[in-house]
Amino acid sequence: MKLRNWLILAAVVLLTVLPLWLAAPPAIGPDGIPGEAFGGADNKAQEAISEIAPGYRPWFSPLIEPASGEIASLLFALQAALGAGFIGYWLGASVTRERLHREMNEKAAGPEAAPPASNLSGKNTAHAD
Amino acid sequence: MHIMEGFLPPAHALGWSLAALPFVALGVRSLRRQLQAQPEQRMLLGVAAAFSFTLSALKLPSVTGSCSHPTGVGLGALLFGPAAMVPVGLVVLLFQALLLAHGGLTTLGANLFSMAIVGPFVAAGLFRAGRALALPLSACVFTAAALGDLATYVTTAIQLAWAFPDPAGGFAGSFAKFGAIFAITQIPLAISEGLLTVLVVNALRRFNAEELQKLPLFGQREVKA
Repeated sequence: MKLRNWLILAAVVLLTVLPLWLAAPPAIGPDGIPGEAFGGADNKAQEAISEIAPGYRPWFSPLIEPASGEIASLLFALQAALGAGFIGYWLGASVTRERLHREMNEKAAGPEAAPPASNLSGKNTAHAD
Repeated sequence: MHIMEGFLPPAHALGWSLAALPFVALGVRSLRRQLQAQPEQRMLLGVAAAFSFTLSALKLPSVTGSCSHPTGVGLGALLFGPAAMVPVGLVVLLFQALLLAHGGLTTLGANLFSMAIVGPFVAAGLFRAGRALALPLSACVFTAAALGDLATYVTTAIQLAWAFPDPAGGFAGSFAKFGAIFAITQIPLAISEGLLTVLVVNALRRFNAEELQKLPLFGQREVKA
């Protein structure tokens, strides 16, 4: 189970990293300069809209725009950190809870049977899955 | 899948907002009911929301040479039912529309429809079907999360093709263009999202087995299986 989880993680990393080599280089634009590699799909869609409907003008613009690309990446990082922070808290709390449960059960199971052994067996208890 | 601010004609913007509205009401009601009945599920809801927050902030490279991001709403749809993810998606999209100029207020309805309605409903439906066929849990979770993610991007392509039909090829010609931009780019990302969702569900099964039993889609399954 442990091994499978690591394999899944490795697959996700490969799926993310391999496109960096596999993707075709960006097409040369009309100005002879290659287009931006790995631009956002949302922006590509925007370009496609202006190709299909050259006369279309957006009729509303964002209320606040991040002052620069750096500020935008700050906010995206903040968004990811909020989520990852919570998941980290949950994982940490869960691992601790599981360990406390195990220790309590061990104490309840045999307080006088083998008190010194409980310290040793604390680490090697098989994982639930 | 974010349609940029102002990039849907007013009629479409309004139409998608109206279409999304009942789902928002349904979702808020569903969430409130579940949390009132089982306040201990708040932690799991937090995990589901956090998962979506994190994944939708990560723009990943894809084989088409452009970047896109997973949505992360499949996990919550499997845990709490698809309607419950509508308010969560709304929070994510509002954060990005207001602070990041990513997506927008006029396109909020359309983006909500693709990310927080079509995605979760497809994911939950596939999960149900997979469990009914007695497929292994991990396979069901993976398929549901990955195809739910993909369904979101196909929906975006449909929305844009509908609003901007190709002068020569009509809806189909336009859908082919937007589909190539969104759906093809999304395939490796959808696989990643499916795999990550399996990881989180594995952890949930180990750490939160009791809570999982009480959830609508997971609970019934455990009893039947």
